Amino acid sequence: MQTSRKIEVSNKNLQHDEDMSTISPFRDTMRRLRKNRLAITGFIIILVFILIAIFAPLLTSSGIDDQVLSNRLQPPSAEHWFGTDDLGRDIFTRIAYGARISLLVGFFAVTGALIFGTFLGIIAGYYGRWIDMLISRIFDILLAFPSILLAIAIVAILGQSLQNALIAIAIVNIPIFGRLVRSKVISLREEEFVLAAKAQGMKNGRIIFHHVLPNSTAPIIVQATLGFGTAILEAAALGFLGLGATSPTPEWGKMLSDARDFIQLAPWTLIFPGISIMLVVLGFNLMGDGLRDALDPKMKN
Amino acid sequence: MLAYTMRRLVMLIPVLFGMTIITFAIIYLIPGNPAQTILGESATEQNIRDMEEALGLNEPIYIQYGEYVKGLVQGDLGSSLRTRASISSEIGPRLAATAELTFFAMIFAIVIGVNAGILSAWKQNSWFDFLAMAIALIGVSMPVFWLALMEQWVFAQELGWLPSNGRQDSRNPIDAITHFYVLDSILHMDWGHLKTVLKHLILPSIALGTIPMAIIARMTRSSMLEVMNSDYIRTIRAKGSGQFLVIYKHALKNASIPVLTVIGLQTGVLLGGAILTETIFAWPGIGRYVYDAISYRDYPVIQSGILVIAFLFVIINLVVDLIYAYIDPRIKY
Repeated sequence: MQTSRKIEVSNKNLQHDEDMSTISPFRDTMRRLRKNRLAITGFIIILVFILIAIFAPLLTSSGIDDQVLSNRLQPPSAEHWFGTDDLGRDIFTRIAYGARISLLVGFFAVTGALIFGTFLGIIAGYYGRWIDMLISRIFDILLAFPSILLAIAIVAILGQSLQNALIAIAIVNIPIFGRLVRSKVISLREEEFVLAAKAQGMKNGRIIFHHVLPNSTAPIIVQATLGFGTAILEAAALGFLGLGATSPTPEWGKMLSDARDFIQLAPWTLIFPGISIMLVVLGFNLMGDGLRDALDPKMKN
Repeated sequence: MLAYTMRRLVMLIPVLFGMTIITFAIIYLIPGNPAQTILGESATEQNIRDMEEALGLNEPIYIQYGEYVKGLVQGDLGSSLRTRASISSEIGPRLAATAELTFFAMIFAIVIGVNAGILSAWKQNSWFDFLAMAIALIGVSMPVFWLALMEQWVFAQELGWLPSNGRQDSRNPIDAITHFYVLDSILHMDWGHLKTVLKHLILPSIALGTIPMAIIARMTRSSMLEVMNSDYIRTIRAKGSGQFLVIYKHALKNASIPVLTVIGLQTGVLLGGAILTETIFAWPGIGRYVYDAISYRDYPVIQSGILVIAFLFVIINLVVDLIYAYIDPRIKY
């Protein structure tokens, strides 16, 4: 016991020294991130998909809805890398353009959830009292539904479209960010530097933007990265259930549901969209785990 | 403990209340006239008026909500627009189907996940650890429905080992008592049926259980690693206890708390995942019930199905929290 306490104390000193040194937190994080091979792998996977999404027109020679009926259900070949689907469309082309959809849906859903969640979380955590009660109960209620179910309910109300699926996924993720930010804000509210700012007569808005928010970014970044993967999975699930993108949009989940009947005849119509979803989500999960380890070394084991 | 239980039950009230408001609101948030949306473009004025009457849409909203909650408290979940049958009676067997599937998926997830996590922590940095954690990482990134489709293709269609859909052999249906078919076939002492029913359960359970399995494995591993480095484990080791005993008796007990929380949370996730798995395996559960209702715009079924699943989710989480407080005396609420 005695020795372990000593180690703890010296650890604290060590951390203190690091904070005092000239290495900026950003560079420190980057250094730790670079050493994490899994995070690098995740980053590379995401980068590859982003490049595919951007350069889709250069990588492919046909359009997303170019139907060549004489070419139906062709296996993968030099001409059609991932084969063709039941309407004779090139699957690689559709996956490349589908990457745009998945990444954009992930981006907008996470950004939307992040903005609203952070806003509500700050209000609840910083002002406390009845407003905190109200917002927290709303979060509780939203979190009382399994997320995909709540998304389904929202799409059932708004009607089937990719845009509505995106809105649904964003709404479902709001309480996740909200709770995270709220708990961070509550712990920061009593910190000396916030009290000092208050004592100096600084306005609430300025305290929030200059002191509270910058100190809450680490968990938000981690959650946003992991949430990106979840959002892509949820969008694909909604697409698969026929509650997201409509034909001929090459959304990966929708491609899977369209190809279901040809599973035995042409398994490649299902294998490649599925692997694409899995890889991109894996990329965000690896990156998110790596960021968590890099931003919060205490949590690493 | 009693006070804590009471407090948790009281805290549940606003959540349940909010849930009913959300499900109640589903029909009102449909853009335009809900009756028109349900009936489609070809509906006549009279049809629309009848539908509004059937849904009680022409009453003031607070009376409608009051009626809705009154019905719910009495176990009345409304009636399906498509079959005109009462939803409470339709939902029972489906709930059993989902519960059975969820139960077996969870068993799969816990047995494989916990043991893989323990072995990984025990043999940290071994090839087993790397392999198990690689599988776990891929597992959490896998779309459930894709895994289900791949299973169907490989094990049902290509290899023909297992049935690809349904709960039982439809030509030789089981005489349902509890609608938990495993239990029913045991009650009938019908081992042939039991075998068929279990065979039907394998693929959907694995598809549904894979994500929780992966999460449980990762949680068990990190939780075990933490405990294994603690002082009291060192003391037990110093006393000369065997490795197996140390791990399964002493370490697992203390590592089980975060694992238990994860298991509780994942049970809720399973209820959500069931909608996808049931759709693919034509499993006649509550998830498929809601899915079918969406394509028929059968809003009462959508509302009640979602409410019932969310209710179960809340109850499961409550039970987990209570168990959590019970087994960890360090936590004072």
